[in-house]
Amino acid sequence: MHRFANPARFMRLSARLLPWLAWATAVLLAVGLYLALIASPPDYQQGQAVRIMYIHVPSAWLSMAVYAAMALASIAYLVWKHPLAGLFTKAVAPVGAGFTALCLATGSLWGEPMWGTWWVWDARLTSVLILFFLYLGYIALVGAFDDAERGLRVGAVLVLVGTVNLPIIKFSVDWWNTLHQPASVARLDGPTMDTAMLIPLLVMALAFTLLFVVLALLRTRAELTWRKVEVLRLFQAAGE
Amino acid sequence: MRVLWHLIRRDLTLVFRSGTDAGAALAFFVVTVTLFPFGIGPEPEILGRVAAGLIWVAALLATLLSMERLFQADYEDGTFDQLLLAGVSAEAIAMAKIAAHWLVTGLPLLIVAPVMGAMIQLPGGAYGVMVASLALGTPVLSLIGGIGAALILGARRGGALLALLVLPLFVPPLIFAVGAIDAAALGLSPRANLLFLAGLLAAALPLAPVAAAAAIRQVLD
Repeated sequence: MHRFANPARFMRLSARLLPWLAWATAVLLAVGLYLALIASPPDYQQGQAVRIMYIHVPSAWLSMAVYAAMALASIAYLVWKHPLAGLFTKAVAPVGAGFTALCLATGSLWGEPMWGTWWVWDARLTSVLILFFLYLGYIALVGAFDDAERGLRVGAVLVLVGTVNLPIIKFSVDWWNTLHQPASVARLDGPTMDTAMLIPLLVMALAFTLLFVVLALLRTRAELTWRKVEVLRLFQAAGE
Repeated sequence: MRVLWHLIRRDLTLVFRSGTDAGAALAFFVVTVTLFPFGIGPEPEILGRVAAGLIWVAALLATLLSMERLFQADYEDGTFDQLLLAGVSAEAIAMAKIAAHWLVTGLPLLIVAPVMGAMIQLPGGAYGVMVASLALGTPVLSLIGGIGAALILGARRGGALLALLVLPLFVPPLIFAVGAIDAAALGLSPRANLLFLAGLLAAALPLAPVAAAAAIRQVLD
């Protein structure tokens, strides 16, 4: 891991990987959307509305996975002071917030025909909403310092404090038996879904994950470049 | 331990000499609770139904109000640097500051809350549980708020930022505290909810000062 913490090596490697990853994402997203929206059967109970799940579930997984990635990067940043880890955390936070917003919005769209309400104060929904606020809080906190470095460090501490929410989201459907249905894919006794629906879902999940990797690389590169621009400007200002 | 005690006494002395912050939080709590009967109407049944939530949300906001300046003054006038140079750990400073904050804002709430409860028609059987929930819950609020206060040191627009960071984390104590009071009001046992609240306190007491100290160190070096 420490080998890839070198910014110069990261820039070279990511430039080479990005086109491949971007194409793979586009193809997978196209295939996944075709399978999910056209080729897969409608549900016997939910009808066509089940197709919302193919967007909702992957974005829900990603909303938590991105936060977990930010937490790991924050540990790396605070312990080993890798500059790349801090920039990565800052770069992916809006992406994570986007996935969380997508998850909440699609869940709400699905809830209206299925549960008869746009929103309930169910444990799962509430804890995901808190996750969304944590993302917003992180973005606001990192941007609130004149010294960018300090914002990254303080933000890393906040990310670690917020990780208490992750297990609450994961187990909220088991601890509080409310409206949101329990897990049906990642179970010890195997998934309880039909393969005709499981395959499109997994393809979409893979496509979303690749999309995240592409966005993360792009945005981290942009952060690094921006940092370079600022340093050059400082030099220029000092030279005058 | 001695250092901790001295730091707490110093903070309390500072508060009593100036006398503003503590009174302001308490007055804020009283005024906020008083506003609700105007907002939702004075019918006793409606007020009694939402009284537990009102008291607790007002307590959350009162805690938050006095939180922003928790570390600010000591950070700005260099007291932190001096204390750290003198060998006091950042954890001890954070713990002492949070303890002093609770003594000044949390403890008075315990005394005033039953009076405010009576004014907004809190059901008769729930007073003891309400005070118990505040006794267990307000330290949790001070501890979590202490993390937030340490995070915003040196930030622009600190106040609004603090609310955004800390209020989501206030949700668990709020849920269990109101759950306990509602259970007592309905004549059920509040035991499970109070135990959860005690568990939150037991977790926050050792962890929050460590997190706050981590944030303080990020700012100082």
